[in-house]
Amino acid sequence: MALLSKRWLWILILITSGIVWLATINVKSDHGQKRLPDVVDFNWHIRPVLSDRCFACHGPDEKKREGNLRLDTREGALAPVDTVNGAPRYAIVPGNPEQSLLLGRIFSMHPDSMMPPKASHLTLSDYEKALLRRWIEQGAQWKEHWAFIAPRRPEVPAVKKKGWDKNPVDAFVLQKMEENGLEPSEMADRERIARRVSFAVTGLPPTPETTRRFVEDQSPDALNTLVDSLLASSAYGERWAGNWLDLARYSDTHGYQDDLPRTMWPWRDWVIKALNENMPYDKFTTWQLAGDLLPERNKETLLASAFNRNHKITQEGGVVDEEYRVEYVADRTNTLGKAFLGLTLECAKCHDHKYDPVSARDYYGVFAFFNNVNEDGFVPNLATPKPYMIISQADLEKELPFLNGKMGFKSPGDTILQMIMHDSVGIRKTYRLVRGQYDQHAEEITPSLPPAVLPFDTSRYARNRLGMSQWLFDPANPLTARVFVNRMWQEVFGKGIVPTTENFGVQGALPSHPELLDWLAVEFRESGWNMKHLLKLMVTSATFRQSAVISEEKLAADPENTWLSRGPRYRMPYEFIRDNLLASSGLLVNMVGGPSVKPWQPAGIWEGISTEKTANAFRGEYSYISDTLPEKQFRRSLYTYQRRTIPPPTHLTFDAPMRDNCEVRRTRSNTPLQALVMLNDKQVLTAARALAAQLAAQPTDAGARIRDGFARILTRTPSGSELKPLLKYYESEQERLAKDPAARKSLLGQDGNAEQAALVLAITLIYNLDEAVNI
Amino acid sequence: MEELNHYLNLNRRAFLHRTALGIGGMALGSLLGNACTSSDAGTEALLANLPHFAPKAKRVIYLFQSGAPSQLELFDWKPKLREMQGEELPASVRMGQRLTGMTANQARFPLAGARVDFNQHGQSGTWFSELLPYTAAIADDLCVIKTMHTEAINHDPAVTFFQTGHQQPGRPAIGSWLSYGLGSENANLPAYVVLLSRGKGNIQPLASRVWGSAFLPSQHQGVQFRGGEDPVLYLSDPEGLDSLSRRKMLDALAKMNQQQLEEFGDPEISARISQYEMAYRMQASVPDLTDLSDEPDSTFRLYGSDAMVPGTYAANCLLARRMCERGVRFVQLYHMGWDAHFDVTGMTGRLAKDVDQASAALVTDLKQRGLLEDTLVIWGGEFGRTNYSQGLMDENYGRDHHPRCFTIWMAGAGVKAGITYGETDEFGYNIAKDPVHVHDFQATLMHLFGIDHERFVFPYQGRRFRLTDISGKVIPGLLS
Repeated sequence: MALLSKRWLWILILITSGIVWLATINVKSDHGQKRLPDVVDFNWHIRPVLSDRCFACHGPDEKKREGNLRLDTREGALAPVDTVNGAPRYAIVPGNPEQSLLLGRIFSMHPDSMMPPKASHLTLSDYEKALLRRWIEQGAQWKEHWAFIAPRRPEVPAVKKKGWDKNPVDAFVLQKMEENGLEPSEMADRERIARRVSFAVTGLPPTPETTRRFVEDQSPDALNTLVDSLLASSAYGERWAGNWLDLARYSDTHGYQDDLPRTMWPWRDWVIKALNENMPYDKFTTWQLAGDLLPERNKETLLASAFNRNHKITQEGGVVDEEYRVEYVADRTNTLGKAFLGLTLECAKCHDHKYDPVSARDYYGVFAFFNNVNEDGFVPNLATPKPYMIISQADLEKELPFLNGKMGFKSPGDTILQMIMHDSVGIRKTYRLVRGQYDQHAEEITPSLPPAVLPFDTSRYARNRLGMSQWLFDPANPLTARVFVNRMWQEVFGKGIVPTTENFGVQGALPSHPELLDWLAVEFRESGWNMKHLLKLMVTSATFRQSAVISEEKLAADPENTWLSRGPRYRMPYEFIRDNLLASSGLLVNMVGGPSVKPWQPAGIWEGISTEKTANAFRGEYSYISDTLPEKQFRRSLYTYQRRTIPPPTHLTFDAPMRDNCEVRRTRSNTPLQALVMLNDKQVLTAARALAAQLAAQPTDAGARIRDGFARILTRTPSGSELKPLLKYYESEQERLAKDPAARKSLLGQDGNAEQAALVLAITLIYNLDEAVNI
Repeated sequence: MEELNHYLNLNRRAFLHRTALGIGGMALGSLLGNACTSSDAGTEALLANLPHFAPKAKRVIYLFQSGAPSQLELFDWKPKLREMQGEELPASVRMGQRLTGMTANQARFPLAGARVDFNQHGQSGTWFSELLPYTAAIADDLCVIKTMHTEAINHDPAVTFFQTGHQQPGRPAIGSWLSYGLGSENANLPAYVVLLSRGKGNIQPLASRVWGSAFLPSQHQGVQFRGGEDPVLYLSDPEGLDSLSRRKMLDALAKMNQQQLEEFGDPEISARISQYEMAYRMQASVPDLTDLSDEPDSTFRLYGSDAMVPGTYAANCLLARRMCERGVRFVQLYHMGWDAHFDVTGMTGRLAKDVDQASAALVTDLKQRGLLEDTLVIWGGEFGRTNYSQGLMDENYGRDHHPRCFTIWMAGAGVKAGITYGETDEFGYNIAKDPVHVHDFQATLMHLFGIDHERFVFPYQGRRFRLTDISGKVIPGLLS
């Protein structure tokens, strides 16, 4: 490199590579010929490539910027990179590929000049190179990142196929189908629609009565009626609270080494209550972010603010207090980014963000909102981390009547200490931390929010968490509504319109249906942030009601169902699977709220990693003691005790997060360990026994009993070809069990007849059907 | 080299192809199945390049000594400390090292020499204390690293750092990375297994997140095997169901799921059918693995009689060997109890007795079976211990956590045998020569598996994550 002058190097590059890139128009990719778009779109085609392959060295992070070139802004990309003999030279000259140095570098084969450089281990495909060339040819148009432009309500599109759409959601979906040469699928049958809608809204299967009524209801309003009744049930709040717990990183323990218990369930119960009364999303969020700062604050709003105390807290002896305190503030900062903005703010903790326009100063601006709490990094065993509120039993009669007093208090004089947020103004200053190190203070920072999203106008918002919330719900905020709408879409349809629910930044995926996303976002906001209204739009759409049958043509044309030309079919979260076991077997105890419960799990799991209690120290819970009372054993799964360092094994096996951090999207795996859980978990056996006992008591034959069991679990009537193998299996087992009283006793947990024991097995089989774990 | 790479890539593709056909259209990333959320083309392309070059190691047994063993009682002989017994640690040596809250307020830092004797062993002349007689006897098979250092000073972040490359939770464990990148060599067993045991010491709890898969697909999380009747959770059929009966249930189940597949055409149903078959095979292969009745007496003489007691460290070492024979990629042991804040001599002695014979036996056993050539064995904790006493210098003195230097050893596939790598200063406090950072250790481990740690990345939240975060270099001096 040193041997060649820069100028000569450039000439060399042009000679070696010029022929290649000048000639490249149509490009071969791994999948054969991939056609370049006629009009290259910056947001859709160019920024994803620049961001992923170039921004790390030519992006927002000033300290790492190379070669006097920044490609994340138009101004930077079109500025001269250097001058030769007084003449400026440019990476990009709009409309002039030959003069654009960028193209020379990306088409170069020369190890000293090729971009991205070899050491980065990044490459551009031939297709991407050709895209960049065409984009420059077409004038190098620039657009702001789509997610940072506030949504405006788009026109509902006109579609060719008439009469299919039920609401505007469908028009947007159908338009994309038509563009992609796809037809909607036929409607699913009514039993399946009832099941799908019921799980989506309440996380529970429909009762047989609900299904029957819906199937028989011939009025055009039948689905509306069903959805309204589901939305009105308390199960709705439980289902969506369960989802909110992942995002809020809810846990019943503190989460680091000794992992001691904490009291957080009153906050969880407030979430359920707020959702059930359809509290608008702006209020719901404001109370959680700033319930302690509201002018009209009361015990309820204070309790809501516990959202920001759900992070882990250490009791490990010998830690550096400040190191951990800073970690907690960072956790709140990261959670705000991921949960409400769909941004990876944490990338700017140690340096400016590599991709998004979020500087380290911006990061500590958000951090500053959360940094005024009079709290400790290290909290001794069994102490309630301050600040906290005291909940007495008298509060249940006045301000907090929704708390489950029956379950919540151990004795008449018992009180609950509940962590909350509380600012002690002036307690400390906030500094930018060099490389994110807790003790490396740089300049002082005042509370502010990323200006690239929306400038934090202090003439309008207070410089505290209340102002933060106002900024979030400002109609000009481009992210808040989109992020929520997208997450709800993901929970209903199985995948977000923006598949990267957690990241709307430039490295995130692009929306498959951008106009639909914006329409929903504006509709949501203008409806008064009405969550039930939004959900109803989704589940009553024709899109949602389609059959999930996948034809071979559709599988080939759209394997991921991006264009939604068929109904959703996906593995349910574990909470739904277990709740289905309890509901279908009649074991479910429908009681809202209270402290978390410990349903059965195999013995010895906690002991493997825990420390035994010593004479002078309680080192966390050593053994998991399963609850035995029905009102604890058979509660909905959102009430299952969450211990962070060793979460319930069945939940983990089915991809539930550990609650260490805010999570907004679960992976969805399909594994043999899941098969083992469904085949052998005692909870499945318990449900099968309970259902078998009810079926065996019916004065009818085996065929009818099995048909009924099937209908209870899968909430539809089985076909003859489905019943046949079931009945055959049942009969052969009944024959075996008739001769084996010991096996009968084992299966039933008590003495009983072969019919009932064989029913236990047939029902276990039904619980293991793919359909039983799918929505 | 180019040719070799080409060959390896071809082989991997052929392997993926074969297995894809073999089990009904799903990629056999590991026994623990495939993710429904189809990974994007970019992720697949990243995997298709693995391994990046010819690997030396096919599998690893990582004997993690949880709680942090004292290098000063086991490996790092410092006569100077005995000479200066009770004298103050010079400030010029401490150089502002931050201390844990347990000794930060201590008025004095009295130097404390080991009260056990050290000798050199083998052709290599490697130093070991009298607490490790069996390990000393295999000195010439070991690569002893005296200059490990870490950034964390407390257990939870330090174990998390060693296992995931980051002190705070949220990154995948090493075993998850390898399971994800290289898959399983046995269709009936998990690629990543965890075994726990505990000694009579000061036990610090662990968190199952240190074998968690974090943002990698969750089938790559470590599967814990346990002593006793149900070595894997939910493995055993309920009572009253024999294996023939279970088979009948699975046959009927498969038939009905097949009907669903024909009706709905969803490839996930086909994957589920396969997973049930694998679960069934696992029900046979796991008991076969954990049933030690086919081991001759000589095995138990080698590993010690503890190996007959399920759940002990020795039994876990023996299980680890049996897993290796069956192609388990990553066997992770944890032995808990090394945290000698008091009675460092006594506690370290007891814990050493738990692990010394079986650790050495494992290396010897693997060697005799020809498995050591492509199996890497690692022995070590999360940090070291201070050269001064915690609390007063009395009979019962202990040592606090020390991140600046500590000892681990490795043996087998691709590492130099019979060497001591790195030197600490005469106080055993700082590194004098050849430091090995935790990320260097991780980079080297990946290298042994034919993986360039900088290129083995997973895109998540818009960033390319890797085990070694943003640092780490392969240490050539460790490689054979």
